[in-house]
Amino acid sequence: MAGNHKNRKKQNAPIMAVAYFFVAVFLGMMVYICQYSMSHRQEWMNNSYNGRQQMLTAKNVRGTIYAGSGEVLAKTGTDGEGREVREYPYGSMFAHVVGYASNGRAGVEALGNYYLIQSSAPLSEKVLNETAGEKYKADDVYTTLDVNLQEVAYKAMGVYRGAVVVTDISTGRILAMVSKPDFDPNEIGEVWDRLVEDKESGVLLNRVTQGMYPPGSTFKIITALEYIRENPDTYQNYGYLCSGSYSDGADRINCYHGTSHGQEDFARAFAKSCNAAFADIGIKLDKGEFQDTLKELMFNGELPLDMNYSKSRIQVSGESTNGEMMQVAIGQGTTGMSPIHLNMITNAIANGGVLVPPYLIDRVENSAGTVVKQFSASQERQLMSGQEADALKELMRGVVEEGTASRLKGLPYTAAGKTGSAEYSNVKEESHAWFTGFAPVEEPQISVTVIIEGAGSGGDYAVPVAKRIFDAYFGSGSD
Amino acid sequence: MELYITELSKYVITMLMALYAYESFAVFRYREEDRRSGIYTRQNFLMLLLHFSCFMVICFETGDMSYLFFYAFQQVVLFATAVLFHMVYPGANRLIVNNMCLLLSVGFVMLTRLSYERAVRQFVIAAVSIAAVMVIPLFVHKIKFLKSLTWVYAFLGIAALTVVLVLGSYTYGSKISYTIAGVTVQPSEFVKILFVFFLASALCGSASFLQVCLTAAVAGIHVVILVFSKDLGSALIFFVVYVLMVFVATGKPLYLLAGAGGGAGAAVAAYRMFSHVQVRVQAWRDPWSAIDTGGYQITQSLFAISSGGWFGLGLFGGTPQSIPFVEADFIFSAVAEELGILFAMCLILVCVSCFLMFMDISMKLNDRFYRLIAFGLGITYIFQVFLTIGGGSKFIPLTGVTLPLISYGGSSVLTTLVMFAIVEGLCMVKKDEEQAVKNDGKGKRAEHKKKEAQNAGRKNARWEKTGWKKAEWKKTGWEKTGGEKAGKMRGESRQKRGDADGRES
Repeated sequence: MAGNHKNRKKQNAPIMAVAYFFVAVFLGMMVYICQYSMSHRQEWMNNSYNGRQQMLTAKNVRGTIYAGSGEVLAKTGTDGEGREVREYPYGSMFAHVVGYASNGRAGVEALGNYYLIQSSAPLSEKVLNETAGEKYKADDVYTTLDVNLQEVAYKAMGVYRGAVVVTDISTGRILAMVSKPDFDPNEIGEVWDRLVEDKESGVLLNRVTQGMYPPGSTFKIITALEYIRENPDTYQNYGYLCSGSYSDGADRINCYHGTSHGQEDFARAFAKSCNAAFADIGIKLDKGEFQDTLKELMFNGELPLDMNYSKSRIQVSGESTNGEMMQVAIGQGTTGMSPIHLNMITNAIANGGVLVPPYLIDRVENSAGTVVKQFSASQERQLMSGQEADALKELMRGVVEEGTASRLKGLPYTAAGKTGSAEYSNVKEESHAWFTGFAPVEEPQISVTVIIEGAGSGGDYAVPVAKRIFDAYFGSGSD
Repeated sequence: MELYITELSKYVITMLMALYAYESFAVFRYREEDRRSGIYTRQNFLMLLLHFSCFMVICFETGDMSYLFFYAFQQVVLFATAVLFHMVYPGANRLIVNNMCLLLSVGFVMLTRLSYERAVRQFVIAAVSIAAVMVIPLFVHKIKFLKSLTWVYAFLGIAALTVVLVLGSYTYGSKISYTIAGVTVQPSEFVKILFVFFLASALCGSASFLQVCLTAAVAGIHVVILVFSKDLGSALIFFVVYVLMVFVATGKPLYLLAGAGGGAGAAVAAYRMFSHVQVRVQAWRDPWSAIDTGGYQITQSLFAISSGGWFGLGLFGGTPQSIPFVEADFIFSAVAEELGILFAMCLILVCVSCFLMFMDISMKLNDRFYRLIAFGLGITYIFQVFLTIGGGSKFIPLTGVTLPLISYGGSSVLTTLVMFAIVEGLCMVKKDEEQAVKNDGKGKRAEHKKKEAQNAGRKNARWEKTGWKKAEWKKTGWEKTGGEKAGKMRGESRQKRGDADGRES
């Protein structure tokens, strides 16, 4: 009998093996189904091929979008015939950042769509709605935006084309985001066809995240960082005699308006934004190490951002010629950057080298005011060392004290930054005006990145916009 | 009021299903069927509540109380099945009957929600099928010549598949169905059972290399016909059933390796040769970029699975109709959307518990033929479940097979019911075997001893004569004549088993 038992066990072994195998496969499949479908829930709900959006829209009234201190940025109202319409009380001021919810979706309307169409209203309220034959109230989205700063930035831009972004450095909260030219989201239905056809001005584009500009002299921050990295102890000994241009024999780089800066050290070359000196520095850089730094700074790669954005691009390789390196070093040539990317690098410098990724949605609340979901910045990133950040901070302080951003000098708050005048066409004298900076220097709170298309020099056009924002934030109303 | 009920019912339904799934595994704690009866009764109770809760929601959501009549019919049939089966066949396994009824009821609920007409049709087919398959356990239990019909199974199976290939009509690119007198049947469903019987009878005697090759040829014909009919799911099922049954019959992992290798080779060849295979594989790897064409179904299925969350959107709360062929191929996704992912996971667990019970029965049987049948049917069942759920959730490429007992489809439901009924028949065979051992254990033991001595003698002789490697080959030839003769003389399979054991040890 014992032998029989042993035999039986032996014969059963293959069956046992197969049974265990299938159990393992099924457990794996179950974990996979739960993990895969639950983690993609939002993304799939927002997919335009998913008809469930319409189902939810038919059941729930789209939620309200609020600014940080409770101002309504978008809400659902009804028109004369009782149809639902989306209303934007601030009109074109928040056009790109809040976006629109018909003719496709953009801005917070797209980013928070999942929450804006779901209803987590208490059951008792739903029952009341049901009895009254009403739709349920979907959840509301609270943004990080500051209406006051947005208004100042929006007005400061005037009729110029360009972009402004203001972020809270230590939390990553986006306080203002302006893109020009703009449109009135209340009339998106009427103006849509015209806006889509007008490919040239790109009105629908959110220039803060999707704009791709030559960074011009603002890129000298990055060139300086690389030079400091390669020469941590000796970079301050750098000296250069500027005669208004630099040539390595084949290629030639001119300073802005051909200005001759004379004898300068590293800090002065940065403060005066001397192209000739930086072209000289560019040639001295180690291309391999520079590539690593650019990668760390998220060039040609993903940004830690939920919104649609364009990837910044730059071309540096072992084969880059001197002429190309001269162009790269001063932010010209084929390099392209989005304002939000430059703002992130600025934040990292102000924050001891650590980037707190920017975000727009603070929290989601149901109709009864209970918080359904609380957001915060995603994983922080160390973009550079604390010493490097401090060195750059010092250089940027110099730009305000004795350089191109002197309009920010002598104010109740201390600002630091870097200007840029990025040439974008072969026609002389045409350039985008850049400024990126932060304040106060001692304990940085907010950063501002401004670009004004085709205006001229950064110091003359972009810095005043930033100043108005800093003034508004730090409460010194003078202009 | 209604809202409270429908909202609350989500959690109640999930909880009932979770309890049921738990009980269907708790069963395995006890070896004896008698000791499990408490569990079975609890299961019956849970099934009843679950079925009722689902229909209450359907009535509330539609505002149409007449669904209750349909429910009443279903409940009567299913309850009668669970109770009657136990009364007619006291030796039958109740877990299988319970799971069968539960799965059917989930199917009825989902189909009622998706398409009332189809649900009624499915219910009628299921009810008639249940009545018909009631005799099958008796049949399996009493008829002893099933073992010797080896080539009849092979011939019938191949003939049925060929008829479809030649005369069948294309449905959505596959030739899988054939219409006789207004009734459309899908023969590949029934042929699965014939195929398992063929393999079991061909391999239960000697699972020699020659025999394996011979069955490989027959299995190959089945698979090739199915591939040409573009019924890839069934082709895959036949292939896997073949490889695993050969593995279990021979006990040699080498066959498993050879099967896996051959399968991989065949898969690559099929991918190169057939454009529809390429479309399926591409739609699996990246359905999002082909969302307008090949990836549409799978993405819609994923939308459905994810939209319900843990507890589902509630019956009539979602839009599972947006998935093409949801009733047949994607019923699992519809269940996940409206009844929730937790419910769907419990559903998978219930299917796995069926499979484990099949394996358990297989392992407890003495007769190799019956063992192989229980094993083969178990694999057929669980692998089909794997294909349909895995395909619908992008775990594996989509093959388009039904979820047994839940999906819409008469052939599918009838075949699965027949399979379950056959396994119930095997349960009674097992009972007989156990009884036999108990009753004349003493006499048998003496006889067994004598036989063992005999076998040992033979074995030693063989070993001496042929040496190790060759023993296997020679013995096969011997066993074919001697073994069968002996088997006939005794009218019992025990002798054969003894031989087989002797060989393997």
